Amino acid sequence: MAEPIVRISRLSSWYGRGKDRRQVLRDVSLELAPGQALGIVGESGSGKSTLAKCVLGMVTDITGTLEVNSPRPQMVFQDPYGSLNPAKTVGWILEEPLRAAGVRDKAQRRQRVRDFLPLVGLEEGHLERKPAQLSGGQRQRVAIAAALIQGSKLIVLDEPVSALDVTLQAQILRLLADLKEELGLSYLFISHDLAVVYQLCARVAVMTGGEIVEAGDVDEIYDHPKHPYTKKLLAASLALD
Amino acid sequence: MRQKNWYLTIGTILTACMLAFTVLGLFWTPYAPSAMSAAARSAPPSPAHLFGCDAYGRDIFSRTLEGAGSTLTIALAVLAVGAACGLAVGALCGYYGGPADALIMRLCDAVAAFPSVLLALVVLALTGPGKYNVIGALGVLFIPSFARLVRGEYLKYRERDFVRSARLMGVGSLRIIFVHILPNIWPTLLSGLAIGFNNAVLAEASMSYLGIGVTPTEPSLGYMLKDAQGSLFTLPWCTAFPAAVVILLILGVGLVGEGIRERMGVAS
Repeated sequence: MAEPIVRISRLSSWYGRGKDRRQVLRDVSLELAPGQALGIVGESGSGKSTLAKCVLGMVTDITGTLEVNSPRPQMVFQDPYGSLNPAKTVGWILEEPLRAAGVRDKAQRRQRVRDFLPLVGLEEGHLERKPAQLSGGQRQRVAIAAALIQGSKLIVLDEPVSALDVTLQAQILRLLADLKEELGLSYLFISHDLAVVYQLCARVAVMTGGEIVEAGDVDEIYDHPKHPYTKKLLAASLALD
Repeated sequence: MRQKNWYLTIGTILTACMLAFTVLGLFWTPYAPSAMSAAARSAPPSPAHLFGCDAYGRDIFSRTLEGAGSTLTIALAVLAVGAACGLAVGALCGYYGGPADALIMRLCDAVAAFPSVLLALVVLALTGPGKYNVIGALGVLFIPSFARLVRGEYLKYRERDFVRSARLMGVGSLRIIFVHILPNIWPTLLSGLAIGFNNAVLAEASMSYLGIGVTPTEPSLGYMLKDAQGSLFTLPWCTAFPAAVVILLILGVGLVGEGIRERMGVAS
């Protein structure tokens, strides 16, 4: 089996300092193989977002082993209204990751952006627009393109569809699945919704209270949940459908 | 339907008129501003002397033109010093935070706790009057209000997702501060600039009125008011016209600031 793109072993992490320091992750272990999508499911406060931040190197107060074998992992945020700079055009937003990666030549940047548009279902006409002139679904497509354009292979998806309505959710999930195949991406998919995770991920880890309480194939967990917390989550997600 | 923004419309027209008046004064005055004329002593407004003449026979229209230029130059220079330094301080403090931020902000609080004219008085008492001293003293005193305004905006933006995302992409901090965040705070900054401009005009006028501002060789509107106060009732035009120019200038810019704020409110 190939070298995992993320290997986490007995990872603990803390927020705050001094007497306010509190533990958010407890002995979390997981592996993510290249080309795989791993769902991390839990309620808010379960530590799933902190786990994502650790992978992205945004949390420094940690113990345990954290190996990320991919340069510059990127993130797609939940709210496509907040994750795009409101003062800039889509073209600028998509060129900026290339600028940061050291692509100096303007024509070359433009060309790469143009080449990327069809992959995420955007058109050249969108480039001149500001985020406020796009729909929620289009914004999330821009956010996904911006996360991918540097060529990162590891993408953290933080509730990427929960701010969208149901038909758009299906479209964006479809897009994410296609991109994964086409570009050979690995996803760490953070969500509170088991049903959404089921559509994109082959494996899932259930978190509560900063611990992984159950992990395995998504079908297995969906059909035969063992931990009471997983059963509760599942019931909540089914009740919505 | 979008409501017409009367503040912005009227403010812009008024400001444009006052600017035109001031710029005119830089190139042309009907008489030499300090030329005295025995024949025109204490002359009331007339076609020859639109704003009348003072007790020395100096043409008030010419003096107002020159004074407006002087006042405007000082106000803009004060604003430039205060806003540029305030922007740099506020942006760095707001974005980075930490102990340095806390220290600098307490320092700003301390400066802001005194009325700016009073502090400028102290500074000018030490350095002596003169245009450049006024600009320096007021400019430094204008830094805290800008710094606080800008810092608040950066505090708001530094945890936004688009800023985090830029950090993940490896964009440098200074580029995030000045290229990613700054364009988003322009509207706030502009309305702050309008308020600051008005305060600067008033502060300069007050200081010159108190006799510690500009020197008599470069009269400003405030200096003219000080000069004319002795003859307020006998020669009211000596006070009325310079005062009207100050009022209209402040009103125009104030309305523009209010208009910008209103438009922002509508947009968000």
